[in-house]
Amino acid sequence: MQSINEISEELIEDFELFDDWADKYEYIISLGKELPSMDDADKVEDNIVKGCQSQVWLKAKQEGDKVVFEADSDAIITKGIIALLVKVFNGQEAKEIVNNDLAFIDQIGLKEHLSPNRSNGLVAMVKKMKTYALVYSNN
Amino acid sequence: MANVKSIAELRADFPILSRKINGKPLVYLDNGASAQKPSIVIDRVSDYYKVENANIHRGVHTLSQEATSAYEEARRKIQKYINAPLEEEVIFTKGTTDGINLVANGFTRGILKKGDEVIISEMEHHSNIVPWQMACEYTGAVLKVAPINDAGELIMSEFKALLNANTKLVSITHVSNTLGTINPVKEIIELSHANGTPVLLDGAQSVPHMKVDVAELDCDFYAISGHKMFGPTGVGVLYGKKEWLDKLPPYQGGGDMIKSVSFEKTVYNDLPHKFEAGTPNIAGGIGLGAAVDYLEELDWKAIHIHEEELLAHATTEIKKIEGIRIVGTAKNKAGVLSFVHEKAHHYDIGTIIDQLGIAIRTGHHCTEPLMNRCNVTGTARASFAFYNTKEEVDLFIAALKRALNMLL
Repeated sequence: MQSINEISEELIEDFELFDDWADKYEYIISLGKELPSMDDADKVEDNIVKGCQSQVWLKAKQEGDKVVFEADSDAIITKGIIALLVKVFNGQEAKEIVNNDLAFIDQIGLKEHLSPNRSNGLVAMVKKMKTYALVYSNN
Repeated sequence: MANVKSIAELRADFPILSRKINGKPLVYLDNGASAQKPSIVIDRVSDYYKVENANIHRGVHTLSQEATSAYEEARRKIQKYINAPLEEEVIFTKGTTDGINLVANGFTRGILKKGDEVIISEMEHHSNIVPWQMACEYTGAVLKVAPINDAGELIMSEFKALLNANTKLVSITHVSNTLGTINPVKEIIELSHANGTPVLLDGAQSVPHMKVDVAELDCDFYAISGHKMFGPTGVGVLYGKKEWLDKLPPYQGGGDMIKSVSFEKTVYNDLPHKFEAGTPNIAGGIGLGAAVDYLEELDWKAIHIHEEELLAHATTEIKKIEGIRIVGTAKNKAGVLSFVHEKAHHYDIGTIIDQLGIAIRTGHHCTEPLMNRCNVTGTARASFAFYNTKEEVDLFIAALKRALNMLL
């Protein structure tokens, strides 16, 4: 399995190919459409990450020293960014997740989507992902 | 009134409207969240700091007197603008939310008893819900909610049925920030007064679109936000009938709201200062006075026609788009077009059209109970001001279509 850094580098390269915002967003939208939806049964209170603008659900499981994530959103762009985050962090070591500074999001040019004032649930989701990773890394 | 300006001339008064966003001309359709400022307001605030800045009501020196004069003159301008009978009935606040909290606080400490009732409506903004929830929780009073129909109009028969001997206050929005509904406030006030109940109106979304006459309305309280009526942020006005403001205990304690202070006894000041503790947003108040000067010069009849046309045009065009549902279809609306799409999420729509320079608001607009009532998680909302144009509406519709193409 590729490391977090390897996957991040690939993503940054992919995004560098885009000339304008429309191409970038079309790509994110297609990622969002491709990401499998979470089972309705999993869209429960415990898994909700609340944002003002869009709903986000996150499920996490520990597998050895790795963390497995599943996530979904009712907004497609949010879901597309979730797909990126899942690509990078899913199945990685808990410790690596805790220590990652998400600089790749900045380098892809999606920093505004992760700013607190977006209130789209993403900031809270990343926090929750890291919290899960922290808890699992201590187990 | 002075020369009637064209919309193009009015736009030129607002420097920010010539900004570019992501390389595109700014199309600002988020006036319900905050309005832009004309140069006269920006310059007035700037000049205050350059030439007049000093603390008010406290000094004997020239600067202090000039600042006090300018601030109190702004109060009188606002009094005249809303036709408040007395100067002391115009209280400077931080905004509508602050004004409503002032009244709620007063009712909590001075008026409400266990079993009393407060009526609000299903369409209220959180700032006209939460202070009353807090007041009722503290006093044991009960919050009653007047329901709306599917078009987003108050069901007057249901409202009437809620009024009874225990109703101590009716607190309703004049214009809904999410639906654009203009409520029949005169009728609400007449019915409430016939029941012996005072009325507070949330005027945050009405004043930007119409001239308001508090004496003619006969409302007991009217709360206004400066930044929504083309004035500075951090300042607003609460109008209250003298008999009511005299009844309510002071909101905040501190300097200026007192006549004398000793550890044995402190005597509160007269109106309006009784409710104006501490150093206020002096620049903001003076800037708001300048905003009133600007608004007094406008041809409100022409503006009303223009805004109706904008809303009608936007509504007609958006209805042509498949899958769009308008949220808020009251017969009488002002300046707001909220909508959802059966497949595309409002957040996605807002994000994409932002790339095209179009500023709208998406989400629950601080009206979560209303979102539940309308069966949505949020809406996309375009909210207009007199400086918006038909061309801007066309750009918005084109951007919306492009966004839907990308998303679906």
